[in-house]
Amino acid sequence: MTRLNLKVNGKSHSVTADPQSMLLYVLRNDLALRGPRFGCGLGQCGACTVLIDGAQARSCVVPVSSAVGRSIVTLEGLGTLDHPHPLQKAFIQEQAAQCGYCMNGMIMTAAALLKRSPNPSDERIKQALASNLCGCGTHLRIVRAIKRAAREIA
Amino acid sequence: MNACPQSLSFSRRRFLKGTGVLVVGFSLAPLTAEMLHAAAPPVDLGMATTGNLDAWLAITRDNTATVYSGKVELGTGVKTALSQIVAEELGLPLAGVEIIQGDTERTPNQGYTAGSKTIQFGGVQLRKAAATAHQALLELAAKHFSVPSSQLVSESGVIRVKDDSSRQMTFGELIGGRRFSRTVDAHAPLKNPDDYQVVGKPLPRVDIPEIAVGKFMYVQDFRVPGMLHGRVVRPPNTGAVEINATLESIDDSAARDIAGFVQVVRKGNFVGVVAQTEWAANEAAQKLVVKWNSKPGLPDQSKLYDVLANAPADEKVLTNQGDFEAAFTRAAKSLTAEYRWPFQTHTSVGPSCAVADVRNGRATVWTASQGVYQLQGALAELLGLEPDHVHVVFVEGSGCYGHNGADDVAGDAALLSQAVGKPVRVQWTRADEHGWNPKGPAMMMRLKGGLDEKGQVAAWEYLVWTPTHVTRPGAIGQAHNLLAGQLVNRITPKGPMLGGDRNATTPYRFPNQRCVTYWIHTDNSILRPSALRGLGSFANVFANESFVDELAAAAGQDAVQFRLAHLADPRGVAVINAAAKQAGWERRARSAPKLTADGVYAGRGISYLRYENLNTYVAAIAEVVVEPKTGAVRVTRVVVAHDCGLVINPDGLRNQIEGAVIQGISRTLKEELTFNNTGITSLDWATYPIITFPEIPEVEIVLLDHPHEPALGAGEPTIAAVAAALGNAVFDATGARVRTGPLTSQRVKGVLTANAGAMSKSG
Ligand code: FES
Ligand code: FES
Repeated sequence: MTRLNLKVNGKSHSVTADPQSMLLYVLRNDLALRGPRFGCGLGQCGACTVLIDGAQARSCVVPVSSAVGRSIVTLEGLGTLDHPHPLQKAFIQEQAAQCGYCMNGMIMTAAALLKRSPNPSDERIKQALASNLCGCGTHLRIVRAIKRAAREIA
Repeated sequence: MNACPQSLSFSRRRFLKGTGVLVVGFSLAPLTAEMLHAAAPPVDLGMATTGNLDAWLAITRDNTATVYSGKVELGTGVKTALSQIVAEELGLPLAGVEIIQGDTERTPNQGYTAGSKTIQFGGVQLRKAAATAHQALLELAAKHFSVPSSQLVSESGVIRVKDDSSRQMTFGELIGGRRFSRTVDAHAPLKNPDDYQVVGKPLPRVDIPEIAVGKFMYVQDFRVPGMLHGRVVRPPNTGAVEINATLESIDDSAARDIAGFVQVVRKGNFVGVVAQTEWAANEAAQKLVVKWNSKPGLPDQSKLYDVLANAPADEKVLTNQGDFEAAFTRAAKSLTAEYRWPFQTHTSVGPSCAVADVRNGRATVWTASQGVYQLQGALAELLGLEPDHVHVVFVEGSGCYGHNGADDVAGDAALLSQAVGKPVRVQWTRADEHGWNPKGPAMMMRLKGGLDEKGQVAAWEYLVWTPTHVTRPGAIGQAHNLLAGQLVNRITPKGPMLGGDRNATTPYRFPNQRCVTYWIHTDNSILRPSALRGLGSFANVFANESFVDELAAAAGQDAVQFRLAHLADPRGVAVINAAAKQAGWERRARSAPKLTADGVYAGRGISYLRYENLNTYVAAIAEVVVEPKTGAVRVTRVVVAHDCGLVINPDGLRNQIEGAVIQGISRTLKEELTFNNTGITSLDWATYPIITFPEIPEVEIVLLDHPHEPALGAGEPTIAAVAAALGNAVFDATGARVRTGPLTSQRVKGVLTANAGAMSKSG
């Protein structure tokens, strides 16, 4: 166990953890965050996605030691109920959820996409989310929500 | 640590002791036709509520209504829809209605949230309860104002005397500090659907904003103070219906070195490890060296369907009309075919999770179970406690498409907690969920059909081999149907023979038809079987509607026309016509496959069903392209026409239909569990792939609303239509009839090659 300093959603946190343990566990269990979700622990589904220095990362396969000193943003850091990020607003407006369990991964991956490509086509969105899984079949609404958010940001 | 949310610490007793409330209790028994018609005498107003009603709707002084519902949210917007029903009947704003979900101490036993019946059954009960409450409020107002209730108008939670705005009171004011209780009155006047203002509107779901900002609590987020973390280490016979293994030894020396290690727990073949953190529990489980004496008991996967056909089974004749044998012998043209559907699993993106606190002879368990009461009984037996001492609380989980691991993980957590005397959380791994949750069973269907001279179906036979699709806790055998119970007691799952014959009988008017189910004994079902979305209807409609298509092609007729010619039910005819119109279906007999300008085959296919032959009507039309070199199928467009009677929330309904189409495509084109002689080998998303964004087609939905018809379930029916629509479209495009699911490129290519071989031989 080691003391580590993490910068999450603009705040610095000191945690005691096995440096080899994965970032997702620290975010969820030590920092009590609910945005990043456990889906597979294998880097296959995207449910655990966060932004690390602005780029999307699957926190279930990122050892916490490698996140030290970098800026980590989770779904909570993107926006709040009172001040939602345009993507969060768009997912609500498009009702882009059934169980909603995949939503964190979809929004965080889309946030990284919109930074690279502010006005993506449907095809581009689908490619960007190609390895984000949704078991409920909410895909069409998710694509619509991302397009709506892109329009709003533009 | 996150504290318990307020609603979970809210005690029933405290609620009942509170002042100023009107409570309507309603029946716990599943709603029957008799109950709908029988008069339930209203309890005298003013009579104190006793604790024996465990089902209710409460209206309090603050003008809000709270429903204590045994139903649970399963990612289908049910909570919003149930709120809409209550708000409508009482004339309250939606925000004034709260739903408290499945909790064995606070909510009614409304059976499982399954078979997409939440609106159909639970909804009817709630509607009656709300109408009863409204009636009681009108009576209070009539007394207060000394006018007949016909002189009263009720609007937005206020009751006033007609033409006298000075005399009005809110619901809350009418109740005041008094307490009233009633039981549900089957004759309480219901609002006329023509006047609906809330039901039938596409209201946004109440839970989505919190999900979008990471505030929503799934069961995976649920924590209690002092909680430890557990993992279960199971034998190698992953997913087998009979776990043929004996524990030989456990070496925990390496696991003990993990910081935070607490204890290894052993009970029969159940082995688990408890640690202070989730990460340590993971590590310790991996470091535990467990030796099993296990026997491979599964057949070769390549022999799956032979094994099913020869398994011990009970024959049950479902339909026998006219004289099939005679008509088949006389037929001008006859066809036979065998259809097959593989084992499939739940694609819940979040693996199951539960927290249990078992101490001093009492247990509290938080999980996303579909039936908290049934689980209560199973856990009581597993733990050796009185059912009354087991409290099960539903907390929402990841999407659940039937009987996934939600009950099992509760059993795991409960056993571990009982052993260590502290609350324990168990988060299943991806491999636990893919490997050990109950599976949608493999099925085999054999069909025969005969056409008369006019190309009408004169003879039809349908034989299906299936195990039960229901081995839920509470079905039979309690702890038999918890994985932990199977391991502790070395027992196998049990269930009544249910679900495998869903939609086995054809909806068409074929004069001579026979339909027989061969119920494979549960112990011979290879993998542990239970409910997956649609149950047997998925494979049965695939077989039925594909074979109808085969007969239409053999008769040289258009597939839509052929179906309409054999269908009497006007609502069935209406959905087929609506789908055909929306899709721009051109009536024609199937023509020889031609490559399009893009060098692919293109085709369209239709499928029709009435769910369970007595509920929702669905017609689906799919358009596909098939890559000739690889056999890869791409779905480009799906049109669904849907009639589920009264529509409560059209946007919620569309959302569910879209989901069913997409999940249906995933199951039809991609999903198949693999296993070797010991157990399941597809234990992650790489070996059990599901549909991805680039594979998603356009989906168009036509809702046929019937406000005066009862609301029917809508969570499942559409998925049953998908496989046949796709298979028929592949056939239309290529001439290849693929009768074994899933329709992978390899299988389609195989049939294409075989057809080409047959053509060149005969040509
Ligand atoms: S949980 Fe990280 S990718 Fe699935
Ligand atoms: S909405 Fe349930 S997994 Fe996407």
